[in-house]
Amino acid sequence: MEVILAISIGLLYAISVYLLLRRSIVKLILGIMFLSNATNLLVFTAGGLTHGKPAFIEQEQQTPPENIADPLPQALILTAIVIGFGLIAFTLVLTYKYHSVSGTEDLDQVKETDKFE
Amino acid sequence: MITLPILIPFASIILLLLFKNIVFKRFISITATLLLLVSSIYLLNIVHVQGIQVMHVGNWPAPMGIPLVIDMFSAIMLVMSGIIGICISIFSTSNVGRQRELYHFHPLFNALLLGVNGAFITGDIFNLFVWFEVMLMASFCLLVLGNEKAQLEGAIKYITLSLLSSFFFIAGIGLIYGETGTLNMADLARIIKEDNSMLMNTSAMLFFIAFGIKAAMFPFFYWLPASYHTPPVAVSALFAGLLTKVGVYGLIRSFTLFFIHNTSFWHTLLLVTAGATMLIGVLMAASQNDIRRILSFHIISQIGYMIMGLGIFTPLGIAGAIYFIFHNVMAKTNTFLVAGILNHLKGSYHLKTLRGVYNERPLVALLFFIPAMALAGLPPLSGFFGKFLLVKAGLESQQYVISFFALLVSIITLFSMIKIWNKAFWQEDQNTPTAKTKLSIALALPCIVLASLSIALGIGASFFIDLTTIAAEQLLNPDHYIKAILGGATP
Repeated sequence: MEVILAISIGLLYAISVYLLLRRSIVKLILGIMFLSNATNLLVFTAGGLTHGKPAFIEQEQQTPPENIADPLPQALILTAIVIGFGLIAFTLVLTYKYHSVSGTEDLDQVKETDKFE
Repeated sequence: MITLPILIPFASIILLLLFKNIVFKRFISITATLLLLVSSIYLLNIVHVQGIQVMHVGNWPAPMGIPLVIDMFSAIMLVMSGIIGICISIFSTSNVGRQRELYHFHPLFNALLLGVNGAFITGDIFNLFVWFEVMLMASFCLLVLGNEKAQLEGAIKYITLSLLSSFFFIAGIGLIYGETGTLNMADLARIIKEDNSMLMNTSAMLFFIAFGIKAAMFPFFYWLPASYHTPPVAVSALFAGLLTKVGVYGLIRSFTLFFIHNTSFWHTLLLVTAGATMLIGVLMAASQNDIRRILSFHIISQIGYMIMGLGIFTPLGIAGAIYFIFHNVMAKTNTFLVAGILNHLKGSYHLKTLRGVYNERPLVALLFFIPAMALAGLPPLSGFFGKFLLVKAGLESQQYVISFFALLVSIITLFSMIKIWNKAFWQEDQNTPTAKTKLSIALALPCIVLASLSIALGIGASFFIDLTTIAAEQLLNPDHYIKAILGGATP
């Protein structure tokens, strides 16, 4: 299972780097989305995979049994997904506003604020 | 008690959203930041007398729950953010404009303070990430508030790189959790101290890049000069003062507490990037002509000094770095605010058109002169002692190259400050002077306060150096920090 996840994380990172290097702003945002998902999967895999053992304990038990799934990485990813969602939504609106003001979607044209006067 | 730096901005955000009246909004904002400053000075006093303060949120014992911790370093940072908060909240009342104030400038400003203070007092690395995001989200909104084209464009660059750094940060956190099974900083420090076979270098590099982007260190700084000059100057000054310093805080915290192996590699890397950051930042500043862009590049250059103190890694070096952060935040915010005053008076930020301020407004010239010379490091102003401590620490630990660069960069900083001074202040204005614009007290007061702090930091340097030395000792002996959080007993 780890091998499949590791390969897919690598694939997602590769896609995101490719998209981040394109000139279109929309592709840049898609690249950021892929990067966020690759990172979430990485956190999930690094936290350790446990097959078929839910993250619950019996009512009368005080301490968790051996080999229980760790709920913390899932909580971390949930937080990261929510934050990532908010940020991506903000970025999309920003791109829309920028496009309506400047009429361009080409990152090579986005150089006004770096101009040397 | 120690939740006050978080609770006060949070309460004021809620209150601010209830009122539509601008006067109420200003009143709430100024009152809240004043309370924030008072409570952080009170906390500094408590930490000074009683040692490290800890609160376990929700009464979950460490390392299960999230602790809030204030040690000397955090307390100094909190006082700093309190001072900047009150200055910006006063300055913004006559700088950002009615429209922006109506569209929630004040709540966003308080949200930024909330995120910054949260980052300073949390004792959990994932919680640190969440506070970073609170701060970043507020800064994104403040940056684009007003929807000018330049603002939107700067925001695209700033947001893309900030998001990249957030993802590097969270990847580093995930790898640390996989390796050690804990997110609590003190627990992490304990585990890493006992077992030095841990594979921490990947996480350390991810943290280094993530904080490096946020602190605008050498290879990662391009977002800063592209975006900081676009919003109103009150917002620029707020960003210049606080945002990058949170990145530096993260670097100092993580590299003194839990990335403590392979020191020869990491400290060399920190020193090399510090030197490059200083030199490249100041050289790019020297070639600019827009005051705000000159000052933006200076931020980068000064970040190098803070990283240098961390890279030297002696008590004196760290104490110097903390002193330098405090001095730099005061002086840098002040120069930005004075640039805003110049724009109010003359309608320009550009050295080609700004002329003759010294003749017309000697007081404004003085207000610029003090922080500019403090940044360049002239005695008896605050910058001199910061640089003195850092260079002394460098020479004592035989880091001659970085000490040489620190002194060289200091001279070029002086050169570019004199460039602004000569053109904007001393050169005669050929145009017939127009009717004098009135300088409102709300614009002048924050600059006067910050300038007098720059002088006070210089004259009363020994008192402040004592405080930063305590902070440095706490940082370099993490046993107290670990014991304060984990309660001595190993769980």
